[in-house]
Amino acid sequence: MQKFTRVDGVAAPMPMINIDTDRIIPARFLKTIKRTGLGKNLFNDIRYTPDGREIADFVLNKGPYRKAEIIVAGRNFGCGSSREHAPWALLDFGIRCVIAEDFADIFYNNSFKNGILLIKLPAAVVAKLMDDAEKGSNARLTVDLEKQEITRPNGETVKFDIDPFRKHCLLNGLDDIGLTLQKDAKIKGYEATASSQTPWLVPPH
Amino acid sequence: MATAKTLYDKIWDSHVIDVQDDGTALIFIDRHIIHEITSAQAFDGLREAKRTVRHPELHILVPDHNVPTANRDKEIENEESRLQIDVLKQNAIAFKLPYIELNDVRQGIVHVIGPEQGFTLPGLTLVCGDSHTATHGALGALAFGIGTSEVEHVLATQTLIQRPSKNMRITVDGALPRGLTPKDLILAIIAKIGTAGGTGCVIEYAGKAIEDMSIEGRMTVCNMTIEAGARAGLVAPDQKTFDYIKGRPMAPKGALWEQAVAFWKTLPSDAGARYDKEVTLAVSAIEPQVSWGTSPQDVLPILANVPNPADIADEAQRRSVERALHYMGLKAGQRLTDIHVNKVFIGSCTNSRIEDMRAAAAVAKGRKVASSVYAMVVPGSGLVKHQAEAEGLDRIFKEAGFDWREPGCSMCIAMNGDMLQPGERSASTSNRNFEGRQGPGGRTHLVSPAMAAAAAIDGHLTDVRKFL
Repeated sequence: MQKFTRVDGVAAPMPMINIDTDRIIPARFLKTIKRTGLGKNLFNDIRYTPDGREIADFVLNKGPYRKAEIIVAGRNFGCGSSREHAPWALLDFGIRCVIAEDFADIFYNNSFKNGILLIKLPAAVVAKLMDDAEKGSNARLTVDLEKQEITRPNGETVKFDIDPFRKHCLLNGLDDIGLTLQKDAKIKGYEATASSQTPWLVPPH
Repeated sequence: MATAKTLYDKIWDSHVIDVQDDGTALIFIDRHIIHEITSAQAFDGLREAKRTVRHPELHILVPDHNVPTANRDKEIENEESRLQIDVLKQNAIAFKLPYIELNDVRQGIVHVIGPEQGFTLPGLTLVCGDSHTATHGALGALAFGIGTSEVEHVLATQTLIQRPSKNMRITVDGALPRGLTPKDLILAIIAKIGTAGGTGCVIEYAGKAIEDMSIEGRMTVCNMTIEAGARAGLVAPDQKTFDYIKGRPMAPKGALWEQAVAFWKTLPSDAGARYDKEVTLAVSAIEPQVSWGTSPQDVLPILANVPNPADIADEAQRRSVERALHYMGLKAGQRLTDIHVNKVFIGSCTNSRIEDMRAAAAVAKGRKVASSVYAMVVPGSGLVKHQAEAEGLDRIFKEAGFDWREPGCSMCIAMNGDMLQPGERSASTSNRNFEGRQGPGGRTHLVSPAMAAAAAIDGHLTDVRKFL
């Protein structure tokens, strides 16, 4: 997994609420068997016309936002399907951080496993950052994970919370599976107890 | 006496392997279902890291999302779809995992076949790379959707790294009135609590309406729990649950069955158990429901009118309603029953079981699909299809003008060619009315199977109660 330490980049405003994972990456692009290459179809149906032309109005089609690394979004971002193609598409486009009031649970987990930092902040703070993100080429935010701090274009800083474990994994680009396998003895202990206490859980084949 | 625990607490506690200082836990996963859309990259990950599958016997692989629902005897035309389904099979062979072939009678939608095969049992943890895994909670299993990285994690370790959820209880008092189905109930619940109403929670459904409900009805309710933002729904296992499971191919047998039932009877929440959130709903006041917008919380009783943005004070909300009306091609304040549909879809992990087939057939019987409508029925599994055919339901549907198809996810997710064209409108028994969900530019109205059949006959959204 790609590490996340600090991102200094353009933030794109997406004030819509309930931006679901079907909107982030429509189902017809899930026929791939790879994780990469999904960036060109990120937000496909609100980014392009049916015949494939860019919709000028859509934020990621506008000047500086084409290189956005951060999204500031309305609440309940990432609701709906569990498709990890949603964070893969964001990452492939170049998005490393999304800021919103809250996120859907599965999308939240999936993003951290792909080196994307999701930051939850109160509505009033998100509103300020949304205003910052409206500033086009001046819409730069600096997100520092180590310090748990966002620096706004006016130099003001905003603190954010994050689970210590998620922070640790993101800062070091750690592979969850590797960490879990270090607990093999504990897993084996659990398996031994479970197979004697709930023996019906081993399905007949 | 020990602290009173909820059903969720009991399942969680009995699966914890390890807890870190910050509360992050490692939990054991008893069952895992794998389909073609969210797994290929996980198997690649295993190969790259030279890892093996820890417990091959605890997984089932089956294609469902991307499978054709007609002409199964021919090769799949779409090259990407064919490749994805081939890759699933190759992975099953390479990692020696239980696999159900496309043309096996047991093939079907992951959330239909888990319970059907007795793979889903009370008190266990079950995951799948699909958000509607919440369905399996109807049997009292802690079941939730995961991403592909977690699919890989479960394959390699049979565990997941999780944080405990909050407990939420939704109590549904009273008996379901005539013409009202579990689908109407869950749509009404989502309309009430909103799409983020359950975020961070596991929802336990309780009360007389849930106790009286069939297991399949409970599956419909738990299925759409994710649409309320909660990862899992739960119903306490009872005698109905045990009767449903008994004798299924993968269910425990003999002495193990007795032992399992004795254990399952200890699972329901203790009296006095604490919930972080409580919601109560009186079911007698609920009418058949239909969605009008592009979020599953955009739901109203069928006899209502489409909302008027001018009546909404909150700006973000008003903009969202305006956008939804524009996308849906609806006028503020118009009657829902005046909305004409082009297609009707009866199917999906929400509503494709035998009781759903029966409810739709009861409305279709002796009637005709309107000439302006194409209507399709897609059973949830090969076994549901066989059962329906044994009961003559397929003939009822065909005589009424419905297309009777092969099992799969079909037009719910619109990956396999079953889809809406831009601007087309459906009455659909599926679970999501997001923009483009059933095809780019497609417009979806979520309804129950009986309401869908009624819309097919009238050619517009309509109150099914007049047909009953």
